[in-house]
Amino acid sequence: MTEFEVLMPLTGGVLIGISASMMLLFSGRIAGVSGIFGGTLFKQGKERAWRLSFIAGLIAGGVLLYIINAEFFENSSGRGLLAVTIAGLLVGIGTRVGGGCTSGHGVCGIGRLSLRSIVATVTFVLAGMAIVVLVQSFYY
Amino acid sequence: MAKSNIASFICGILFSIGLGISGMTQPQKVIGFLDVFGEWDLSLAFVMFGAVLSYLILQLWIQRNFSIPVLGGSFQITTRKDLDRSLIIGALLFGSGWGLGGYCPGPAITSLGSGSLNALLFVVAMGIGMLVADRVISPMLSYEIVKR
Repeated sequence: MTEFEVLMPLTGGVLIGISASMMLLFSGRIAGVSGIFGGTLFKQGKERAWRLSFIAGLIAGGVLLYIINAEFFENSSGRGLLAVTIAGLLVGIGTRVGGGCTSGHGVCGIGRLSLRSIVATVTFVLAGMAIVVLVQSFYY
Repeated sequence: MAKSNIASFICGILFSIGLGISGMTQPQKVIGFLDVFGEWDLSLAFVMFGAVLSYLILQLWIQRNFSIPVLGGSFQITTRKDLDRSLIIGALLFGSGWGLGGYCPGPAITSLGSGSLNALLFVVAMGIGMLVADRVISPMLSYEIVKR
């Protein structure tokens, strides 16, 4: 096991929790990013507008982070363009079929103690671990 | 611009700042967290812990004190409790992609703000994947997608 951080991940996590709670408080919506992104592709009118606004906020926050410190986006994973493209396809299909991702199932779903979300989260974390172990053993 | 759109925009900014601070926008950290038999990096477990715990408390408070959202409408929360094969198959596919690329949807979209080509390819592929899921795969699994 390598050295790990506590304070920054915890702070960032709490910010994510607060943001998701604000979505619920103001708009009554679940802050599931895959669902919101999917909605920008498949929905129209008002239903599309608030989702596009959330996605625009994510990107604007990304620009802000990048201006503050480019190290927020350090990528030394060694995963190439082909790998991330295949990964994107899998994530797109998987989140749509499974009804959510890390935010929708992992944060909001578990935060509501939803059985479906707990099962989904355990499943995708285990699948992620299996793939990482597999990929690492091939390349390193 | 409608108030709900402004609220969503602000929530999006806050959400992405949280992702950035926590390290989720660095694929090697995500992969490090998933690499249980290698140099296991436990950091991201604390992101999950902080996010789940704060949401758990705040959503309970919201549900107890508000009958409708502040900006009107109604709370749109799924109440499904059934475990079907779509949930499991979807989670398996999503987890595989997460481990392969080191990105999940939120951090990937946030990383578009840094001009990352990896993130751009990931997000475009993710959109295509969602279209494929809705048009081809979901009808095959013959179930209704949980619209969030």
